Amino acid sequence: MEKFITHVGTAGPLRRSNVDTDQIIPAVYLKRVTRTGFEDGLFAAWREDPGFVLNNPAYAGASILIAGPEFGTGSSREHAVWALSDFGFRVVISPRFGEIFRGNSLKQGLLTVELPQQAVDTLWDTVEESPTTTVEVDLAARQVRCAGRSWPFALDDFSRWRLMEGLDDIGLTLRHEDAIAAFEAQRPSYGVVVS
Amino acid sequence: MSRTLAQKVWDQHVVHKAKSDISEPDLLYIDLHLLHEVTSPQAFDGLRLAGRKVRHPDLTIATEDHNTPTDNLLTISDPTSRTQIETLRKNCAEFGIRLHPLGDPEQGVVHVMGPQQGLTQPGMTIVCGDSHTSTHGAFGALAFGIGTSEVEHVLATQTLPQTTPKQLAVNVSGELPPGVTAKDLILALISKVGTGAGRGHVVEYRGPVIEKLSMEGRMTVSNMSIEWGAKAGLIAPDDTTYAWLEGRTFAPVGKAWEAALDHWRSLPTDAGAKFDTEVDLDASSLTPFVTWGTNPGQGAPLSASIPDPESFPTEEERAAARRAVEYMDLNPGTALRDVAVDVVFVGSCTNGRLEDLRLAAEVIRGRKVADGVRMMIVPGSAAVRAQAEAEGLHEIFTAAGAEWRFAGCSMCLGMNPDTLKPGQRSASTSNRNFEGRQGKGGRTHLVSPAVAAATAVVGRLAAPADL
Repeated sequence: MEKFITHVGTAGPLRRSNVDTDQIIPAVYLKRVTRTGFEDGLFAAWREDPGFVLNNPAYAGASILIAGPEFGTGSSREHAVWALSDFGFRVVISPRFGEIFRGNSLKQGLLTVELPQQAVDTLWDTVEESPTTTVEVDLAARQVRCAGRSWPFALDDFSRWRLMEGLDDIGLTLRHEDAIAAFEAQRPSYGVVVS
Repeated sequence: MSRTLAQKVWDQHVVHKAKSDISEPDLLYIDLHLLHEVTSPQAFDGLRLAGRKVRHPDLTIATEDHNTPTDNLLTISDPTSRTQIETLRKNCAEFGIRLHPLGDPEQGVVHVMGPQQGLTQPGMTIVCGDSHTSTHGAFGALAFGIGTSEVEHVLATQTLPQTTPKQLAVNVSGELPPGVTAKDLILALISKVGTGAGRGHVVEYRGPVIEKLSMEGRMTVSNMSIEWGAKAGLIAPDDTTYAWLEGRTFAPVGKAWEAALDHWRSLPTDAGAKFDTEVDLDASSLTPFVTWGTNPGQGAPLSASIPDPESFPTEEERAAARRAVEYMDLNPGTALRDVAVDVVFVGSCTNGRLEDLRLAAEVIRGRKVADGVRMMIVPGSAAVRAQAEAEGLHEIFTAAGAEWRFAGCSMCLGMNPDTLKPGQRSASTSNRNFEGRQGKGGRTHLVSPAVAAATAVVGRLAAPADL
């Protein structure tokens, strides 16, 4: 996983709430068995509308998405994170995220930043007025900066450390292999065994 | 110290306790890992790339459900769907995982397939790359949906790092009026609290109404926990749970059954245990409940009308409602009972079990599906289908003009050919009314199996009492 320390980029304003994962990537795009190329499914239905914000050339190359509350609710499809990343996003800012989506994103190096609605409103106004305005997302300082304003954001220390080091969860867990084996040795006899 | 049901299950599965200084998550042992074809291929690829094995094939089970056809058991016409299913078959063969493929008597929607075999038991930790894994909470298991990275993690380690959730109690008091089902209850609850209210919490549904629900009804309630943002939705195991489990394929027997019962009886929340949040719902005033919008929180009693978007208290809700009525092509003020549908879908992990089919059959027995309406009955599993046929339910449905189909996720999310056409409107017993969920441009009203059947007869949203 690529390390995430600080990211500076332009931002796309997505003025919608409850952007569920079926909107982020419709189910028909989930049939691939590889890990790449999901960008074509990102917001597939909405992108057919020429007026959709990400079709506006002014936001081409945006690497930060600024969305309304309840972004990423719904299904557990990690494809939603892959679609955003494959499209070129490294950060999504929203007042609130769906929980499974948030977990998935942080594991994949897509930083999901929760800012209050007021901050999101300010960012929307700023990048709509001037799409070339850059937004700086500083994970080390846990701070978003834009056009002379700054907002702190919360992220637990462990997720932050893992993102900043670019660490893989399985490798981290296997440090505890002895504990796993010890736990397995004392599982109750009535437990379910499939085979 | 007094603990909740979820806290007990959690504590019993901690492999490695987090050090609190960097808010490292606890490492939890996973008792059962359910797999299906959509969220697993990239996880198996990850294992191969890293040269890792599946740590416990004996705690892992797979089925084919999201892509499977429901009009036959032989031909998967869409080549990408076929590739995904063939990939699962290859992966299960390579890694030694038990698979219930298309045509197998136990094949079906993953959250129907597990419980019906007795794989879902109280006190277990259960995960699956599917958000409706919360269904299994109905047995007092801690069950939640995970992403593909986590699927790979569980395959490799049989554990999952998890941050301790908060505890939320939903206290359902009173009594469900006749004709009001578990589906109406959960739709009404989500409408009351909103789609984000459960975030960060594990929920426990409690109270006399929950205790009186059948296991099928409890599964419907737990299933939709994720639709209001909760990580999991548990219900304390009791005699209803044990009676349902006893004798099923993977239920313990003899001395092991007695030992398991002793353990299960120790699980319910202790008197005096503290919940971080409590929500109260009086079931006595509930009536059949349907959704009008594009998220599961946008619902209303069937007797109500499409709301005026401007009537909502916050701008966020007003904007969402404006967009929803536009997408749904509905006019504020129209009575919900005047909304005509094209398709009625009975099925899914929410309402695709035998009790749901019985309920729909009872309503439609001796009646006809309205002209111009297509009604699809999709059993949650091949076993549910076989049981329903043994009871003659299929004959009731086909006599009414409904389609009796094979098991799968089907039109709940339209990954197989069962989709709405653009502009079509459905009454659906599934769990999500998102834009385009059942097919691009399709419009979904979430309903109970009873309302679905009555709607099929009338051609407009209706309850059995309207017939």
